[in-house]
Amino acid sequence: MRALLLRDLRLAVRAGGGFGLGLAFFLIVVVLVPFGLGPDRALLSSIAPGMLWVAALLAALLTLDRLFALDHEDGALPLLATAPLPLEGLVAAKAAAHWLTTGLPLTLAAPLLGPLLALPPGAWPWLLASLAIGTPALSLIGTFGAALTIGIRRGGLLLSLIVLPLYVPTLIFGAEMARRGAAGLPIGAALPMLAALTLGCLALLPFAAAAALRVNLR
Amino acid sequence: MSLWEYANPKKFTETVTPLIPWVLGLAAICLVASLIWGVFFTPEDYRQGATVKIIYLHVPSALMAINAWFMMLVASLIWLVRRHHVSALAAKAAAPVGMVMVLIAIATGAIWGKPMWGTYWAWDPRLTSFLILFLFYLGYMALWAAVDDADTAADLTSVLCIVGSVFAVLSRYAVLFWNQGLHQGASLSLDAEEHVADVFYYPLLVSIAGFVLLFLGLVLLRTRSEIALRRAAALDRRAEARAAATTGEPA
Amino acid sequence: MTGPVLRVAGLCVARGGRRLVEGVSFDLAPGHALILRGPNGIGKTTLLRTLAGLQPPEAGEITGAEEAAYASHADGVKAALTVTENLAFWAELYGRELDSAVLTTFDLAGLAERPAGTLSSGQRRRLGLARMAAIGRRLLLLDEPTVSLDAASVARFGHWLAEAHLGGGGMAVIATHIDLGLEAPALDLSAFRASAEAAPAGGDEAFL
Repeated sequence: MRALLLRDLRLAVRAGGGFGLGLAFFLIVVVLVPFGLGPDRALLSSIAPGMLWVAALLAALLTLDRLFALDHEDGALPLLATAPLPLEGLVAAKAAAHWLTTGLPLTLAAPLLGPLLALPPGAWPWLLASLAIGTPALSLIGTFGAALTIGIRRGGLLLSLIVLPLYVPTLIFGAEMARRGAAGLPIGAALPMLAALTLGCLALLPFAAAAALRVNLR
Repeated sequence: MSLWEYANPKKFTETVTPLIPWVLGLAAICLVASLIWGVFFTPEDYRQGATVKIIYLHVPSALMAINAWFMMLVASLIWLVRRHHVSALAAKAAAPVGMVMVLIAIATGAIWGKPMWGTYWAWDPRLTSFLILFLFYLGYMALWAAVDDADTAADLTSVLCIVGSVFAVLSRYAVLFWNQGLHQGASLSLDAEEHVADVFYYPLLVSIAGFVLLFLGLVLLRTRSEIALRRAAALDRRAEARAAATTGEPA
Repeated sequence: MTGPVLRVAGLCVARGGRRLVEGVSFDLAPGHALILRGPNGIGKTTLLRTLAGLQPPEAGEITGAEEAAYASHADGVKAALTVTENLAFWAELYGRELDSAVLTTFDLAGLAERPAGTLSSGQRRRLGLARMAAIGRRLLLLDEPTVSLDAASVARFGHWLAEAHLGGGGMAVIATHIDLGLEAPALDLSAFRASAEAAPAGGDEAFL
């Protein structure tokens, strides 16, 4: 599992695409928002936590279709599947690699982009914490969606259609946590709900994704 | 004689074919009766006036929209555990019907919402949940359509249906949580089922029965078509294999 | 290195809803290889995939195939990694250290630090085969291993297979049309072609 994780990380950095692309997309979405809404600081500041969350979610979505597709195209997937590593472990390693190359950079970049949307400085730790807790769930859900759509030509659009509704609870709890933090309100149930969601995804989705993978490799 | 005998496609087709006209006929009778009863022979609501009568379409369709997904979940589980093809095909057949039910519920809700709340759409928890359910139906049907091999498609959509069900329930609670965070309680929401008086209640029951029968009839009809399509494909393949065997070419 | 015998009894495999071969039976003892032959489309690849556990058999039993390694038409080589990195990854995935002798055996020593994307197809194929040596499994399932190899490379591969792998008690099932210089029995799958009247595969059976 460690070997696979290291290989995927190395590939993401070398191929150049996967690593920087998500971050660049995140930056562009955040830059576009004020063009659409106008430069009013009060308005931007009120939507900043939610907007940053939506942008991070879309950026995480962007890199999902490469997750299994590259290994599928060059024939590495059946070879990986016959290795002594269980498919659940393969899925977990893939999800971890996706988070390390997408979710983690996005989390770290979000506070840096905060000033563009007039995010109050007090909100930074909450935004950072909500993304750090929530983005692993996005990677896990995305891995499940990618496992479902491996063999499908032009599966990218279908992948988005399947994955986006599954992202709803994570987005709601994550953005709510960041918003309450930004407004100086008590965080309440959002934090434990978000954490529970991520842990639940971690516990269950590798099995569902491995089942889908097994069917697709048949 | 066990219930599973009907899981044989041929037996299923033979059994349901004579039933379908009866089920659909009964559905039509129930729907027409409840609508006439409801529209012409119930009083107007003291608060909502005549607009309340859309309840006879809105509530049953909303009910069936959720029940259809539940039926798909059960059918998917049966497919994964017992590998009965009829079960997988019934889930496939139910999805478009369920999606249309969601659309009817949302559309009638919007029409009702305009005079009552002054808006076609509000991000009320119940409305939002239905919109999310609609997206789940879309994804499920798109996956069925995208996968070529029938058994692979059945397996993948079943897994999606199970995971989707968990996330649909999660979304429901998340949406409740989210909306309370914005507004104070669900004052906009109309808990129609819980507050209707008896005069509206009985025709509503008949209308619900009509929608259940309509759903059942449509699903049986569509399942039968799906079985016929699978059978045609299987016969094609066998004919090809036979042709290949006579010419000596590998299939 | 001795271990269980690979035993296949009454195996039937299907692809795309169609039965390909049926009633395939053979035993393979440690130190021996079996060559699969037969026309294109007879089911050699599907049989190997079934032995590798990638798809369930339609009928029949397979025992002793637990420690199998599968090599498909595609090599699964990562273009962005060097030759050594590719091999080291597979070795580590199978819980082993990469022995640099593997590179010499498959004449890859001079290419060790080249990114795999710059290799020719024959060189990439050699890298794919070196993977089988690097992971050190008892049973090799090889699907057309010699595609795009030159005569010298075929001979080198055949020599490794006979001396190092089979000589060490390994086993191999190989689908190939080329003489690898192995002393191995050939199994012609055309003799097992599924008859058109045979029960149809998978889901179709229920609908006829």
